[in-house]
Amino acid sequence: MIASDLSIVLPEIILSLYAMSALIAAVYTSKDGQAPLLTWATAGMFVLMGVFIAIDGGGTNVAFGGMFVDDGFARFSKVLILLSAAAILLMSEGYMSRRGLLKFEYPLLVALAVVGMMVMVSAGDLMALYMGLELQSLSLYVVASLRRDSVKSTEAGLKYFVLGALSSGLLLYGASLTYGFAGTTLFSGIIEAVSTDVSLGLLFGLVFLIAGFAFKVSAAPFHMWTPDVYEGSPTPVTAFFATAPKVAAMALFARVVHDAFGGVVGDWQQIVALLSVVSMFLGAIAAIGQTNIKRLMAYSSIAHMGFALMGLAAGTAFGVQAMLIYMAIYVAMNIGTFAFILSMERDGNVVTDIRALQSYSTKEPLRALAMLVLMFSLAGVPPMVGFFGKFYVLRAAYDAGLGWLAVLGVIASVIGAFYYLRIVYYMYFGEETDALDGKLPPVLWVACIGSAFVLAIGWLPGVNLFGIEPAAAAAAATLVQ
Amino acid sequence: MGNLLTLTTFIPLVGAAILALFLRGDDEPAQRNAKWVALATTVATFIVSLFIYGQFDPSNTDFQMVEEAEWLLGLQYKMGVDGISVLFVMLTTFLMPLVIAACWDVKTRVKEYMIAFLILETLMLGVFMALDLVLFYLFFEAGLIPMFLIIGIWGGVNRIYASFKFFLYTFLGSVLMLVAMVAMFTDAGTTDIPTLMNHEFGSQSFSLLGIQIIGGAQTLMWIAFFASFAVKMPMWPVHTWLPDAHVQAPTAGSVVLAAILLKMGGYGFLRFSLPMFPVGSEVMGPLVLWLSVIAIVYTSLVALVQEDMKKLIAYSSVAHMGYVTMGIFAVNQQGIDGAIFQMISHGFISGALFLCVGVIYDRMHTREIDAYGGLVNRMPAYALIFMFFTMANVGLPGTSGFIGEFLTLMGIFQVNTWIAVIATTGVILSAAYALWLYRRVVMGDLIKESLKTISDMTTRERAIFAPLVFMTLLLGVYPAPVLDAIGPSVQALVADYETSVQAFNAANQFAAN
Repeated sequence: MIASDLSIVLPEIILSLYAMSALIAAVYTSKDGQAPLLTWATAGMFVLMGVFIAIDGGGTNVAFGGMFVDDGFARFSKVLILLSAAAILLMSEGYMSRRGLLKFEYPLLVALAVVGMMVMVSAGDLMALYMGLELQSLSLYVVASLRRDSVKSTEAGLKYFVLGALSSGLLLYGASLTYGFAGTTLFSGIIEAVSTDVSLGLLFGLVFLIAGFAFKVSAAPFHMWTPDVYEGSPTPVTAFFATAPKVAAMALFARVVHDAFGGVVGDWQQIVALLSVVSMFLGAIAAIGQTNIKRLMAYSSIAHMGFALMGLAAGTAFGVQAMLIYMAIYVAMNIGTFAFILSMERDGNVVTDIRALQSYSTKEPLRALAMLVLMFSLAGVPPMVGFFGKFYVLRAAYDAGLGWLAVLGVIASVIGAFYYLRIVYYMYFGEETDALDGKLPPVLWVACIGSAFVLAIGWLPGVNLFGIEPAAAAAAATLVQ
Repeated sequence: MGNLLTLTTFIPLVGAAILALFLRGDDEPAQRNAKWVALATTVATFIVSLFIYGQFDPSNTDFQMVEEAEWLLGLQYKMGVDGISVLFVMLTTFLMPLVIAACWDVKTRVKEYMIAFLILETLMLGVFMALDLVLFYLFFEAGLIPMFLIIGIWGGVNRIYASFKFFLYTFLGSVLMLVAMVAMFTDAGTTDIPTLMNHEFGSQSFSLLGIQIIGGAQTLMWIAFFASFAVKMPMWPVHTWLPDAHVQAPTAGSVVLAAILLKMGGYGFLRFSLPMFPVGSEVMGPLVLWLSVIAIVYTSLVALVQEDMKKLIAYSSVAHMGYVTMGIFAVNQQGIDGAIFQMISHGFISGALFLCVGVIYDRMHTREIDAYGGLVNRMPAYALIFMFFTMANVGLPGTSGFIGEFLTLMGIFQVNTWIAVIATTGVILSAAYALWLYRRVVMGDLIKESLKTISDMTTRERAIFAPLVFMTLLLGVYPAPVLDAIGPSVQALVADYETSVQAFNAANQFAAN
């Protein structure tokens, strides 16, 4: 019994053991001297686990009496989380060691955060959910303030911590209400309790839970922490925030609303649709005035979460599939964009002002072209793959009878297109100035150019989004019967 | 050859890839190579496209040379041509070598310029051949990217404003079409255009937000498509992006914009609005007709007072596109024949007029009408060419401009006499602004000091105009090649349309009784 349970959570156990033993080893040896090695080793572990999960069996396995669920949906999300975290770790190594930021704790904290995310997406119980969420969040709070002597970075960490604690409180309150009215913390028990009729208390519990998740995915109106944390954290950490935790939180969101409240789609559909609309418009409009590219990407991610929530709002298996595809494409776009942002520097100093990109295309044609592709993809202009992500969620929303949401979504995407275009405008139409002179180390080059290439050709007949469509469909089918 | 259409569409892209990958440097020889590669590519595309024209069978009203492949999400990669689209394909491949030749004097970032035009050609050809909704949307929208860059990088002083306005205006128009496409996908379960043409979308009237929608879902979808095509066309009152874009775009960009990109709107009406939403078209048709006459009269008057040559021609384009929408929504054989003919002929004439402006702009670097006068004294060949295309623009019998205008007016006369009467005044107004422009620029004494040394057209410039003159004259005196190719397809379209509308009216009468 216990042996079979343990074998189901094997990847999580291996990763935690690795993180703890590496931590002890590093403390007793050369400390930060091993940091680059540890970073690569951690990324290697992620890839290894990702491959292991991807090829390891199928079906739905339940461990610890239903607290931990390992199904197709969890596996899809875990592979996405692990691979994106590995990519971000590799991208951050050079940047951080050049600035003396590469502490040995960094890769290990990321590893622990990833373990937390893996528990989140596999949670089958409110307790497991909270454990995973807090493991992730606490690691992220520390990582955000990694640059200890920078006011902005510590401020970012503190803000993130305070607001994150508030959201955890909301979530816990929702969880306790749910437990009180359903009589169980197991999702399988909750779904039985709500299948007959939803009591007011359960509805309140659901609302508080959703508010907590909205915080974690940074959906408006629970987005306030995002721009400040994105701006204050060291750029590689920002890149990490924009990718893996978003996938985990979105997957958790989908897991709870479908596994625990799947019988009452009508009750949460309205809330999610509203979150989606507000996020799309806020992300599109608030970013117009931004000149700091990290803040801009924060608002961009808020808008993108709005689109992903549109898929979730559909409340169907196709909606979940669309959401998963959207998140995969979103992660691919962000890895490329942040690889570019990491290379933005002049005379060794980090530059985050987009006006510094003036006439970039004459100095670095290839990189500018990659950024052009990324920007049009983020804006959702065909033929870039970003358009297909939008197409999937629009279709899911329309099929579920949310035509108004689809119409508002496309209008928001036009508004949002403006600020992506503005970056292209600086790079291609801007006047001659001091160009940025940052080098693109091989890892960043591969991440930036590779991601742009993938986004430019992914739609071709024969490539077909690299086969994530059937994978996402299978994953969604295990979540929504 | 089983994949002739795909081959034609992607030859320019291959040329662009060759330029991007193998051409290094930005010195004089590299620039020359870039131009020659681009020219060779577009000429090759034209030659291959002649096979399409050769294989095309006008009497067959189905899609021909169809190619299919599986794509994601149950979509298809499907290409094909019919009588309505084949001539647009030919127009595009015919004009592109001339466009490339017209930008021979560009000095900045030549390689990128050529790549942008080659990619644009692929996307334009894709629009006219795509037989899948999403594939069509993909080509339709993707064309914005190279055009945005062409205006923004190589445009005039106020190019930033113009490029953003162009992009956001047209993008906003198209996204509503995307939602309608999603709705069609859900309703019919397919995105295959030939299947959708035979699919009956719901035309039950219902009330939305308290407004009674006659024609129901069809009308809503029609409006969503209209939002996109009317902006692209452009129709009054959503035409304001066009003068800005034209004025700021480089000459070659203006030519592509006027001659080909505007035709996508008209093509869209013929491919989607009429066959797929006949009831919606019937309900909304009168509105389009009135908007068209307003466009014809109003923009002609606006053209009269312009002081910038390109702006004048841009407004004249809007007016001529008014005839096109009027002809299309007359929905009879003459009207639609005339609309397609007008689009093809406008492709030659407006392209040539923008080239005419480009010739003197390259010499004097101004488009102000007041800066010119008496050019005939130093540029006789130019005066002749400009005269010819001015007359063609006015619609002089013997040029292709006349046939298109005449057929559309004949078509609309059978539908609504009043609209025909008002639209005909546009012919007079177009004569007024075009001839007045000609008088101010070319005629009179050469008194301006700066013009005393201006030189006449070079051999290259003459060579660019020769095919345009030839086509304008040929179609003016012998329109059969165009009318024969489109006739049967248009006939089938009109017949289908009338059947659907009669069924709708019969159902309504039945309900009323």
